Amino acid sequence: MKPTDIQNPEYFHKVVDCQYACPAHTPVPEYIRLIAAERYTEAYMVNWESNVFPGVLGRTCDRPCEPACRRGRVEEEPVAICRLKRVAADNKGDVKSMMPQGPFAPNGKKIALIGGGPAALTVARDLTPLGYEVHLYDDQNKGGGMMRSQIPSFRLPDSVLSEEVGFILDLGIHTHFNTRVESLKDILSQGYDAVFVGTGAPKGKDLADLPGRWDAQANIHIGIEWLANVAFEHTSKIGKKVIVLGGGNTAMDCCRTSRRLGGEDVKVVVRSPRKEMKASPWEIEDALHEDIPILENHVPKSFVSENGVLKGMYFEKVEAIYDNGKRKLVPTGEPDIFIEADDVLVAIGQENSFPWIERDLGLEFNKWGLPVLDEKTFQSTLPKVFFGGDAALGPKNVITAVAQGHQAAVSIDLYCNQQSLYERPSPYTNLISQKMGIHEWIYDSDVTTDIRYKVPHADKSLTLKDRKKEVELGFSQDTGFKEAQRCLNCDVQTVFTEDKCIECDACADICPTTCITFTINGEEDDLRSRLNAPAHNVEQELYVSDTLKTGRVMIKDENVCLHCGLCAERCPTSAWDMQKYLYSVTKAGCQSSILETI
Amino acid sequence: MTYIKPKFRHPEMPKNRVGYAKSDYEGVISTLCAGCGHDSISGSIVQACYEMDIEPHRVAKLSGIGCSSKTPNYFLNNSHGFNSVHGRMPSVATGANMANRDLIYLGVSGDGDTASIGMGQFVHAIRRNLNMLYIVMNNGCYGLTKGQDSATADAGSVSKSGSVNPFEGIDLVGMALELGATFVARSFSGDKTQLVPLIKAALSHNGFALIDVLSPCVTFNNNPGSTKSYDYVRDHIEALAQIGYVPEKEEITVSYEEGSTVGVELHDGSVVHLQKLADGWDPRDRQAAMRRLQQAKADGEILTGLVYVNPESKDLHEVIKSDLRPLNSLKEEDLCPGASTLEILNEEFR
Repeated sequence: MKPTDIQNPEYFHKVVDCQYACPAHTPVPEYIRLIAAERYTEAYMVNWESNVFPGVLGRTCDRPCEPACRRGRVEEEPVAICRLKRVAADNKGDVKSMMPQGPFAPNGKKIALIGGGPAALTVARDLTPLGYEVHLYDDQNKGGGMMRSQIPSFRLPDSVLSEEVGFILDLGIHTHFNTRVESLKDILSQGYDAVFVGTGAPKGKDLADLPGRWDAQANIHIGIEWLANVAFEHTSKIGKKVIVLGGGNTAMDCCRTSRRLGGEDVKVVVRSPRKEMKASPWEIEDALHEDIPILENHVPKSFVSENGVLKGMYFEKVEAIYDNGKRKLVPTGEPDIFIEADDVLVAIGQENSFPWIERDLGLEFNKWGLPVLDEKTFQSTLPKVFFGGDAALGPKNVITAVAQGHQAAVSIDLYCNQQSLYERPSPYTNLISQKMGIHEWIYDSDVTTDIRYKVPHADKSLTLKDRKKEVELGFSQDTGFKEAQRCLNCDVQTVFTEDKCIECDACADICPTTCITFTINGEEDDLRSRLNAPAHNVEQELYVSDTLKTGRVMIKDENVCLHCGLCAERCPTSAWDMQKYLYSVTKAGCQSSILETI
Repeated sequence: MTYIKPKFRHPEMPKNRVGYAKSDYEGVISTLCAGCGHDSISGSIVQACYEMDIEPHRVAKLSGIGCSSKTPNYFLNNSHGFNSVHGRMPSVATGANMANRDLIYLGVSGDGDTASIGMGQFVHAIRRNLNMLYIVMNNGCYGLTKGQDSATADAGSVSKSGSVNPFEGIDLVGMALELGATFVARSFSGDKTQLVPLIKAALSHNGFALIDVLSPCVTFNNNPGSTKSYDYVRDHIEALAQIGYVPEKEEITVSYEEGSTVGVELHDGSVVHLQKLADGWDPRDRQAAMRRLQQAKADGEILTGLVYVNPESKDLHEVIKSDLRPLNSLKEEDLCPGASTLEILNEEFR
């Protein structure tokens, strides 16, 4: 293998599994260390810079970082990264003074943001400090988009959301709330230099063709519409018996909200086996905890109503047959099952909808009804118009919307300055030695064996009575500290310098997880078979040195490195050093990173 | 701050035939200097015992005093241990071995502990062919007292402070051969591919096995001019053969080139394979070994590998025809066989 090029910023970036997995590339270990140091405000700001909504995401994020966490490969459970983010948000001090301070000198450019959700707000935050005049249009009466209309208050209190939306609006955004944009042509005619579309995926899928669907319309609701009606207090009750159709997170929100609005016998019914449900495992767990059974392998057959009043639904029992990785749902032949219901919530997915975009503007759509985009720049075929969030590449999640918002903002800024959209700013990176003494590092290198701490929940008897009462209580500062200590500090990199190595083997001998091998070079497959410990995880890189004096090379399998620093402590010549790697996605206008000052 | 080794180990690390992971053969974290050759030797011992499926409780590790003699704390923490007086490890090992021949005896000593204060003990353990592995962690200096030249320092070797050693160094390998040792090897802490099979072979040997391991002292004897530095040893090392160890229970699957290879079957049925032998070398020929050693010395080479082995070796127990059982398993009737036995014995002297 060729020697690893550690000058490539992506190499060490990939070693920080959590940060690499995060769509917005939040510097996770950095803020976790700040939490452990009780520097909650700074921890919040590290988050705010990259993911814009730490308080919201600390409660509701899909957490792609956690399955990626190295700790999950070393022991059972990853670090509770998401809930630590909340610790930073819950305990922060004055963050506003650390944010960009307006008024900002105008740069003469004017942009429109259609939609007031996470993607558009991210664009607003990134571009306003650069002097853009930002106009934000939304049909709701407050900002937040789906975070407000679809995420129930018992998971995300209004105060948390409003505060974080407020941080952005206070930068000096021209808001046009309660304004539904009916025509893109109309917006384009208003002289904006660029337009950003972040209208989400606002249309819930229906079972329009299912027999009986239109016989009891008052009792059959589309999940996201119903949740929005609850959020905006147009709906305040539901029948005692409720069926929720669908296995995603919206279905979990629907069933749990139903329990709070009078639903006593609430069931979630899914077509496929439960293990294939799209909802996050913790959301499913929370629903089960609230006495909501999940019935699997039930395919909806018909709605039954009498005189316009819903009585229930028929379902066909199926089983999943897997053939060459393809799944088929095959009827078991058992008689159809009737489940009584006063109300049914249909939460089987959502779609994009752009009825307000005229099709003769030169803005092309693909066969799925999504705009044709450059996936790197988020520019549409109409150069002035950019997309982000669920509206861009289909429904994902808040953190993805934020990440896309950042990239769209970069593009818009380049576009407005007549620069190439493909010459994007490189990430801000820094590599700093952590050495203080023979056995002392700036970071806490000790590896605790604590297992993952559980987030305390408010008692069910209280939360089911009040739909606004938050269920999760968050970690206390003490538990937060202990959980933070579980982080392996994967951003503190093991940096190897060939010409200092005397090949004494001390590092290979001491390494607790046997990551290091000195051997003759070869091809990757061959090398992986010859290392001191099994190296089957090909998603994790091998760090290969240049040839050493004896003709061998140093190979380090990054897979289960604990970043404990023992290799560097036992190295007599400092050929190994522990160096903290900071990586931050550069934002529009190359604004300086908070990481430079912490 | 890390003085404690993290508890996590590689989750896919396999266990050996007796159900132990390699980590079960580890000791506490070393307090020797970073980069000390001794730590590599400890690592080799751990690896050898793990790979040989030795149950840790069947090993007794013994040592004297010095940097080397601290190391038994850094390996085989589940084994028996005795950290004895300076240079007196062979006596303690002799006593322990006489009392219980069922254990595997692993003595660790240094160049001071062996070639100076313990010389008298060392030579008699060899002379008696005590069944043990005697590892000398040889760094040519007194690392624990700031690096004065030891008795194995080569004449002309320059110390860290710049003084040139005026005295001849004691060659432990040559001396052991002279004294009739039945397994004599030299190795280098920085070459595990050689050291690990040597340790395995030595543990399989019936009788006294000496491995003189050059083990650079990174703090006091790794300077230019020293003949025991990493660089010097690597530049002057001359391996007698590539060494491979095949345990008894495994079939030999590697095919070796005719004429260039010698396979020596050891006492326990395992086989040491010596490949790419220099000049038709036979490690069972003691005189040839002595000549080759002298030649290497004249050529300024550091000869490593298995220098001599006598596969027919008889250890002390066999020589003195002691009981096959450990003393702690002897019952009262074994120890006091009664008046009639005494009568028979007395009759013999009448």
